[in-house]
Amino acid sequence: MCTTHTISILVEHKPGVLQKVTGLFSRRGFNIESITVGSSEIENLARMVIVVYADNKGLEQVKKQLNKLVDVIKIQELHSNSSVKRELCLIKVQTKDSKARTEVFQYTDVFRCNIVDVCDNSVTIEVIGHPNKINAFIKLLKHYGIKKIARTGPTAVARGSAN
Amino acid sequence: MNGGEAILKALKEQDVDTIFGYPGGSVIPLYDSLYDDDLRHILVRHEQCAVHAAEGYARASGKVGVCLATSGPGATNLVTGIADANMDSTPLVAITGQVNLSAIGNDAFQEADMIGISMPVTKHSYQITNVDSIPSIVKSSFDIAKSGRPGPVLIDFPKEMQQGELSKYETTLIETPGYNPTLKGNIKQVTKSIDLIKKASNPIILAGGGVIISGASEQLAKFAKTINAPVVTTLMGKGAVPEDDDYALGMLGMHGRLVANKNINKSDLLIAIGCRFSDRTTGKIDEFIPNAKVIHIDVDPAEIGKNVDVDIPIVGDAFNVLKMFNDKLTKYEPNPNSIKWLDELKAKKTKFSLKTNYDTTPLMPQTVISEISESLTEDSIVTTDVGLHQMFAAHYLNVNKPRKFISSGGLGTMGYGFPAAIGAKVACEDDPVIAICGDGGFLMVSQELATIQSYDLPIIITILDNRKLGMVYQWQNLLYNKRLSQTDLGTVPDFVKLAESYGINGVNITKPGETKEVIKNAIKDNEAILLNIDIQKDEFLPMVPPGAAIEEVIGEYNFVDESLSNEDAAK
Repeated sequence: MCTTHTISILVEHKPGVLQKVTGLFSRRGFNIESITVGSSEIENLARMVIVVYADNKGLEQVKKQLNKLVDVIKIQELHSNSSVKRELCLIKVQTKDSKARTEVFQYTDVFRCNIVDVCDNSVTIEVIGHPNKINAFIKLLKHYGIKKIARTGPTAVARGSAN
Repeated sequence: MNGGEAILKALKEQDVDTIFGYPGGSVIPLYDSLYDDDLRHILVRHEQCAVHAAEGYARASGKVGVCLATSGPGATNLVTGIADANMDSTPLVAITGQVNLSAIGNDAFQEADMIGISMPVTKHSYQITNVDSIPSIVKSSFDIAKSGRPGPVLIDFPKEMQQGELSKYETTLIETPGYNPTLKGNIKQVTKSIDLIKKASNPIILAGGGVIISGASEQLAKFAKTINAPVVTTLMGKGAVPEDDDYALGMLGMHGRLVANKNINKSDLLIAIGCRFSDRTTGKIDEFIPNAKVIHIDVDPAEIGKNVDVDIPIVGDAFNVLKMFNDKLTKYEPNPNSIKWLDELKAKKTKFSLKTNYDTTPLMPQTVISEISESLTEDSIVTTDVGLHQMFAAHYLNVNKPRKFISSGGLGTMGYGFPAAIGAKVACEDDPVIAICGDGGFLMVSQELATIQSYDLPIIITILDNRKLGMVYQWQNLLYNKRLSQTDLGTVPDFVKLAESYGINGVNITKPGETKEVIKNAIKDNEAILLNIDIQKDEFLPMVPPGAAIEEVIGEYNFVDESLSNEDAAK
């Protein structure tokens, strides 16, 4: 049975590594729903957070194969109840009249988002939060007419433990 | 010192004595350095044969094989062999020329993205972008290629890096924090396994190529005899235990030996060592060893639990782990039931001896292979190509030492056998080397007759010639309603004349006894020869059809004892 998994991979920060990692998913026909890559707390190492829809047995094999890559240092699957997940999204939404603009501003406040750009007939909003929050916000803005959405895909870390 | 000189020096520091290659535009500077160097270079006649020869060299010697090709087409011609080495865990370093760094990505003449192309079929790869890093990259490539589960490493070598001057020749350690193969087994898992072994009435060992790679043959023989377990092998495991010994039941699988296939599912404990449970070995996986617990020993954790659920996984090098077992089993009292089980199987192995001495012409492949077997010396190395002749060889040839049977297993690469023989002969020049080929596979690489002639390599080439693409022809006959699509290879060439045109002796073999006589003489005279052996077109090897359970063998064997039938082997 296929479910959504979030995997955090610590890798060497150099050319070709992304291709090697994603190649192991595509070989099995797993579509990567999102992938974020950036520097980690260790110099020369990057952390990738991959969200993938996959069956458990197949994913287990992908994780083992990933572990074999010389450039991969560590793999951790992050579960929703023991990790923190955040995503950034930029939404450019139409505001035809001042009424629409006022409403959008109010929603932005309620969702604790930021307006990052305004022009005559549209505003651009920065939303940061769990992907569910972003989905809800997008749904709310839909009837104003969304011109553009750019999402980073979620990044995540495991929650701290007492030990 | 320039980059070309540096890489040759670095290779020699890794104990390389021979490389196999073919020049081209992007490696002219490297070949220029080679001109003044004492490193031996074998000039093959096609890059694919350079990599297969390097594989044969590695498999016969246990060392890392090295091949060299130019950028673009030269490099892409290596890909098949790199993939072959990746599947069969063969330690290999492939060096490919590359266009100048500044030209990369511009679709320059003979440019191919070799790092990208080879990524899914290499263990690791490096591109040299700094001449001073050459010694370190070579060392790291060899370390990765030969450690843990061995495999191919590619070094992409841009042309100006070959010409550039090093500021200093210095080998520093390239940190690979993500690469730490586990070589030592976990002693707790070993202890738990021994408890399972004590309880098992019908234990059986499945030995794969990992046993050979890790040099664990003696440890395995000792272990098997201590616990009274018969040993079956994969194709890659042939020679892991001496097949003449009565506890060795031979190869398991689609074309496995009858007693192995018919009895493996009776086992209550399977100890798999250095194997990956390929579909060709297990047959229908859901019906494989239904009543057995499984102990799986492998250096690659990704293989454990991949195809078969495992009760006790042990990650480690086969030699280390088997030694741990043997050290703990010094006062072992075997389970009495296991003694009975082993005795039964030993008796079956003898009882179900296969008939080989046919006097039919064209010759029966069984007769040819057994004649080859009888003519071999203890140290002879046999390589095979891929196809029906390979399976006849795996079935009818008894291999008694590791590294003496070299065949393309996982990838099943036609054209492998002859160039692999070249590599094996270069690695082990005192050992007779016999390539067993089919007519189809040999024709894919026949130009290498020029190589063996020019280096005076006394290789014995046997072509089991049925003028068919035999394995596919067999499947079409048995499984595809005799619709013989594109498997007739016609009547040309005359292989004897072909050999003679390269200055190699050739002989047509048509009668029983001739194969043995010619090979014996060739070994004695230490000369290259090609035997074109006319074999029966419609003699098929019994097989487990794809998707069927391992004991469902179709096709009847002819036994020495004519009263026996296939089904008796299961009783």
